[in-house]
Amino acid sequence: MVNLHRFANPTWFVKITTAILPWVVGITALLMGYGFWQALFVSPPDYQMGEAVRIMYVHVPAAYMAMMVYGAMAVASAVALIWRHPVADVAAKASAPIGAGFTLLALVTGMLWGQPMWGAFWVWDARLTSVLILFFIYLAYIGIWTSIDDPLRAGRAAAILALVGSVNLPIIHYSVDWWNTLHQPASLLRAGGPSVDAGMLPALLSLVFGYTTFYVMVLIWRMHRELVVRRIRALQLLHAQE
Amino acid sequence: MNTFAVIVARDVRLALRHGGGTMWALLFYLLTVTLFPLAVGPEPEMLARISGGVIWVAALLAALLSLDRLFQSDFEDGSLELLALSPAPLEVVVLAKSLAHWLTTGLPLAAFAPLMGLLLNLHPSAWGVLVLAMLLGTPVLSLIGAIGAALTVGIRRGGMLLSLVVVPFFVPTLIFGVSAVDAAAGGLTPRPHLLLLAALLLGAAALAPWAAAAALRLNLE
Repeated sequence: MVNLHRFANPTWFVKITTAILPWVVGITALLMGYGFWQALFVSPPDYQMGEAVRIMYVHVPAAYMAMMVYGAMAVASAVALIWRHPVADVAAKASAPIGAGFTLLALVTGMLWGQPMWGAFWVWDARLTSVLILFFIYLAYIGIWTSIDDPLRAGRAAAILALVGSVNLPIIHYSVDWWNTLHQPASLLRAGGPSVDAGMLPALLSLVFGYTTFYVMVLIWRMHRELVVRRIRALQLLHAQE
Repeated sequence: MNTFAVIVARDVRLALRHGGGTMWALLFYLLTVTLFPLAVGPEPEMLARISGGVIWVAALLAALLSLDRLFQSDFEDGSLELLALSPAPLEVVVLAKSLAHWLTTGLPLAAFAPLMGLLLNLHPSAWGVLVLAMLLGTPVLSLIGAIGAALTVGIRRGGMLLSLVVVPFFVPTLIFGVSAVDAAAGGLTPRPHLLLLAALLLGAAALAPWAAAAALRLNLE
């Protein structure tokens, strides 16, 4: 049994993450460098979509990260709420803008891809719609953090919102899915996407992992910064009391 | 149980005597519905096609506008703290206040829905389903809204944040509510949509008070 309180110590956390950070940066650079080289130069153009298929290499991992980061945020929020774990609280807060960024990237690249493929930048496809709603939920989460001054209260309010969102997201997803099939019979984008050619897999897989380590890298940076900000705030309060 | 009834009665009485709350919501509802024919044109067929959605969106916005008074005034005059100190669990208080909110906004919105249907040329065969769908759907709006209202209760000018927090979670209710009306207007059975709305209501009634009470507790510290 690991003693969880050891991980709750921010100093210990900073020490460990500072040690692994260079490795994370290196792995991210390797995976993303290899992935983009594969995506732009090696992988074959699609027989139907032509060169435009290369947008997919930016888009698919971003869409995956949009959901992955929300999941991480919800787990961190639950840990923060149940065990009052200060580092989990910081992790949830630091994740939100990264997740919102990935969601926006997925939306924008989806629109750029949709214009030549569907003839329109935006269609009310079930996926587009539910990703857009996910983006709004990220914004609401960030909004809670920015409008409550006291970090302890803001953290718990945001954690409640993140958990409410994690219960609601599947409901929203399925309702939007169903609404879409009622209103708009067949979409060009099939459920599984176009079946992926073996030549595209190396680029796609390395970018999926590269995006994940990129998230870990930015998360560590943002968490370090947030911990320093909190320490400064605590010192200022202490100073003001004297 | 007694506390529950007392809080519901108190909130309803306050809303009625304070004058306004319910009237403003209904007026806003009517105004929003009026804007649509002016914006999209008065052709009866077009209005009949969009009426279910327009009525639902107008009701949703009217309910949203009245949400900030759910906890805010009690928070400001301190009665919310007394309610939290009472022996009744805060979850029961939240449920009672959501019910009172629904009685003074959701119920009138549902009752006046056929009038809006009349204005927008909704097929008369769908009026009954529209009212039924609203009776099932508007309590969900009040319950989910209670979470948002509780999260933003201490925040100055929290109204915009409240909308941002709550509107994404209103999406399923809107979808199933409009689908029920559209199905009825198109001669199909609205049963599955109404059942799904009922499921949303049961889920929200069971879960939302916990989340809202947790949010209130931390804002009262």
